[in-house]
Amino acid sequence: MEKLINEFSAGLFFWQLILFVLLLLLLRKFAWKPILNAVNEREEGIKNALAAAEDAKKEMQNVTADSEKLLREARAERETMLKEAREIKDKMIADAKAQAQAEGDKIVAAAQQSIEGEKKAAIADIKNQVAELSVEIAEKVLRNELDNKNKQLKLVDDLVSNIKLK
Amino acid sequence: MRMIFLSRILAVFALIFTSVLSAKDAEPSNGETKEGIKAEIDAYIEHHLQDSHDFNLYSYTNDAGEKVHVGFPLPVILWDDGLKVFSSSKFHHGETVAEVDGNYYVLHHAKIYKTNAAGDLTYDEAHHPTNAKPLDLSITKSVFMMIITGLLLLWLFGSLARSYAKHGAIPKGLGRLFEPIVLYVRDDIAIANIGEKKYKRYMPFLLTVFFFIWFLNMFGLTPLGVNVTGNIAVTTALAILVFLLTNFTGTKDYWKHIFDPLGDGMPWYGKAIIYIILVPIEILGIFIKPFALLIRLYANMTAGHVVLMSLIGLIFIFKSWIGGPLSFGLSFAISLIEVLVALLQAYIFTMLAALYFGFASEEHEHDHDHDEAELAHS
Repeated sequence: MEKLINEFSAGLFFWQLILFVLLLLLLRKFAWKPILNAVNEREEGIKNALAAAEDAKKEMQNVTADSEKLLREARAERETMLKEAREIKDKMIADAKAQAQAEGDKIVAAAQQSIEGEKKAAIADIKNQVAELSVEIAEKVLRNELDNKNKQLKLVDDLVSNIKLK
Repeated sequence: MRMIFLSRILAVFALIFTSVLSAKDAEPSNGETKEGIKAEIDAYIEHHLQDSHDFNLYSYTNDAGEKVHVGFPLPVILWDDGLKVFSSSKFHHGETVAEVDGNYYVLHHAKIYKTNAAGDLTYDEAHHPTNAKPLDLSITKSVFMMIITGLLLLWLFGSLARSYAKHGAIPKGLGRLFEPIVLYVRDDIAIANIGEKKYKRYMPFLLTVFFFIWFLNMFGLTPLGVNVTGNIAVTTALAILVFLLTNFTGTKDYWKHIFDPLGDGMPWYGKAIIYIILVPIEILGIFIKPFALLIRLYANMTAGHVVLMSLIGLIFIFKSWIGGPLSFGLSFAISLIEVLVALLQAYIFTMLAALYFGFASEEHEHDHDHDEAELAHS
């Protein structure tokens, strides 16, 4: 310890303090501040760039998600459209069928009606003809019958007997 | 790094080569005893660990038996009734008396004493000179190395700073090598110990102290033979700066922690008894922390140098074919460890300084956040 104190050089101590403080001030001004600032700036830049990249990535993901959503929506819309179209088609076919059925029914009914009319007319005609023919036949029969006097009398008798007086 | 490593290998080779030669020379001529050699090695190591007033690269004894020193003198600055500035070459490596403005000075064990014209020193019983010592503000070898290191740091990090301005965010050139270390100091030393909020104002000190210590430690491993960080005056100056910074930036909570460590956890009569012991310990702690810093760095670097030089000194002890390879192998291994220690000590000093700054700047509401953050980390 005594040797240490003995060896202690005040001059060296003095110079060390002066030189070190001077060096500290010079380095601070000309080296450390610019270096640390530059490094900080660089790190800040890297951080910002990374953040920007991250943002871009998120944006990208959003865009992808959006497009996917759009695609999904479009697909769903197509599905519904197809479904609707199919329904419309089915409905149209069903409608057409029903309409055709109704129309057919109507035609058949009209046909039946006209047939009925024709039939009635024909029957009426036949009846008339039958009546005429019957009158003619009766005329002819009567002529034949009423050729002799007896017969005529007889008929008158019959007819008179049939008449009931009230 | 590689260059330093390479020069280290070269240095060991050169040392072994030259020392083997000189050993051969020395052996027949004066036939020193083993004890004598040991004493000489001890003196040499001690001389190396000390600061000196001239930059001595190496010395040898020439054919005429004169000691030749290769190096260059440094300015001596004394305050002795006025400023005295002269070249250290006037001392002739401590062999002659330097006369300046009618005053006489002599160099004895790297210290300058005022003497009479003949350069006589009087000693006390502990063999310390009793002569007057003028205030010595010389640019010594250590000061010189500090200036060199300072300029190197300014150039390196100044160019790194400029390269940011020139090339945008990506540094170019040699400075690039140090950017990760700057970031390491910021993230794992400053932010980890001081916290995100307040680390910024301590950054210049932490970075400067880290690179200053590291570079000087590395210079200590080169054949220049400097031992700046292994000098107690240097580490004391650094520790005092840490001490001042810690206590001047101390928050209310920091001082409260020292003078009222228990807070509201205990009624005053309970605290009174405990605080008689606790508060002095806390106050002592303020001084012990930086003191530990200065001793740790000083002792580690000095020990490294002593071990390395002793291993190289083995050559002179063994003086045989086994000495060279053994000394080489051991000192090479220790050198590698010392390269690690150079970095490690710089790291530890900076780390602990940051830790103390962290204590000083802590505030209670942040404290909890910090704890949670640490829990989350572990």
